[in-house]
Amino acid sequence: MAAAGAGRLRRAASALLLRSPRLPARELSAPARLYHKKVVDHYENPRNVGSLDKTSKNVGTGLVGAPACGDVMKLQIQVDEKGKIVDARFKTFGCGSAIASSSLATEWVKGKTVEEALTIKNTDIAKELCLPPVKLHCSMLAEDAIKAALADYKLKQESTKGEAEKEKK
Amino acid sequence: MLLRTAWRRAAAAVPVAPGPNSTAPTRGLRLRGTLRALLAATVPAGADLPPWRGDAPEYYTASLFLVDHATQSDVPSATATPPQAESELRPLYMDVQATTPLDPRVLDAMIPYLVNYYGNPHSRTHAYGWESEAAMEHARQQVASLIGADPREIIFTSGATESNNIAIKELESAIQPDTSLVSVMTVNNEIGVKQPIAEIGRICSSRKVYFHTDAAQAVGKIPLDVNDMKIDLMSISGHKIYGPKGVGAIYIRRRPRVRVEALQSGGGQERGMRSGTVPTPLVVGLGAACEVAQQEMEYDHKRISKLAERLTQKIMKSLPDVVMNGDPEHHYPGCINLSFAYVEGESLLMALKDVALSSGSACTSASLEPSYVLRAIGTDEDLAHSSIRFGIGRFTTEEEVDYTVEKCIHHVKRLREMSPLWEMVQDGIDLKSIKWTQH
Repeated sequence: MAAAGAGRLRRAASALLLRSPRLPARELSAPARLYHKKVVDHYENPRNVGSLDKTSKNVGTGLVGAPACGDVMKLQIQVDEKGKIVDARFKTFGCGSAIASSSLATEWVKGKTVEEALTIKNTDIAKELCLPPVKLHCSMLAEDAIKAALADYKLKQESTKGEAEKEKK
Repeated sequence: MLLRTAWRRAAAAVPVAPGPNSTAPTRGLRLRGTLRALLAATVPAGADLPPWRGDAPEYYTASLFLVDHATQSDVPSATATPPQAESELRPLYMDVQATTPLDPRVLDAMIPYLVNYYGNPHSRTHAYGWESEAAMEHARQQVASLIGADPREIIFTSGATESNNIAIKELESAIQPDTSLVSVMTVNNEIGVKQPIAEIGRICSSRKVYFHTDAAQAVGKIPLDVNDMKIDLMSISGHKIYGPKGVGAIYIRRRPRVRVEALQSGGGQERGMRSGTVPTPLVVGLGAACEVAQQEMEYDHKRISKLAERLTQKIMKSLPDVVMNGDPEHHYPGCINLSFAYVEGESLLMALKDVALSSGSACTSASLEPSYVLRAIGTDEDLAHSSIRFGIGRFTTEEEVDYTVEKCIHHVKRLREMSPLWEMVQDGIDLKSIKWTQH
């Protein structure tokens, strides 16, 4: 009786463990699963995180958002004399989509001229990262950050030009 | 006896899961509870019924194989093994405020009623009905004894939400001119703060005002007595105390009588206060969960306090600018809500993707508003976006806590490196002085 019981137990055991469908290989917990893998990629392998020299005349800094809203992006661009963006860096306080949006923004502005960079739209960023509707504001903030950085650069350039002209006089 | 040897042989026959990451904390349950459950499971919760001597021992294997694959004893070891990288396992579960896994003892109590004793407990004319009714009443007694109530004061519902609705519905238009009902959560689900229920109960009874409390997070975790605390109505949830989902109970005081109006009408079950067939397996599960909770309350509380202390100490020691939300004095230790300044909560959850956690941050909800609880206790808005809730429960192991802490520290440091706020603070800028652009 005991032997038969144990035999059945063992068979049931092996059926349960080995042959029945097991739980799938490590399922990520929900929020990560709802993210597109591109968004996760930007977090795990961040591109262009960092800072450029704020005081330099060739660097434009854009700081947008507010901590109270849970989203702050700082985007910096370095422009050469010909007006082409040669380097860009970002830092973000925000959710995964915000980090990815700003990271993608720095990738896209690199190599563009100042005028071309102004054409980057939030809809392009959102499409590239497959952002769900609830996260579209992250891409809008990224576009704002690009524009703020460009505006800051332009302001610096104009003040430099103004000083140069004053010195000439 | 026979069953025990058979179990031992089967357990030995099961191959311990190999794999590169066998030392990572696995989702396992203690042997001790499982064995006890197995031995107890031969007699279903109806006491004088014959034991289920079926030809289906498979039904017990569910509890047999929820065995911890790590070679650890019941006593948590002093030295934790270093955390492994993400392996092919399910995430660690640190979200017990959201829901809890079924205790194997509860499952074993329920199985006979899912398989064999399937009668409707309201059937009066045959044994199937009688045995289900006996089980239902036994479960009612188990729930009542956990909170110091009389079994006649317990009504089974589909959950704490339904209980809350029943409690609040008719009483709003009761006799009292200004206040008719006070409703307070016993233990808050977001920050774990314990409300002063006894004091509130005293005040309410002296002013002749009904007192309702939603005790979903508190039942079975802290000692509750409805008479000491002068509670008139209490909501209980099954799946917050290691019981099944879809069942709860409402406690309604008899002396002095509290009258409530039924939410759903029908066949008049549960004294007319909640019509609908009582789901026997679920209420048996709820009863078993309450009984187990009563036995384990003290031990669980001690163990969870120790683990909670370990988690907070380790994190606070390694990271600056971490705030614990909620009064540390009146606090249930199993719910720890921490705000990591300059790091947004949802990005931290994404980083900790192999641990199941929850956040008070807005991004995890559909709206952009952060948690109302954190706002109500006066947390700064940016800290409210930076909060994470760690839930420690009956089955949380020390290794899981260590792994979570290690990962958390690593990722917070990483996210702070990416954060412009952290950079500004390091440069000595006062964040409150900055004019932020509103989007």
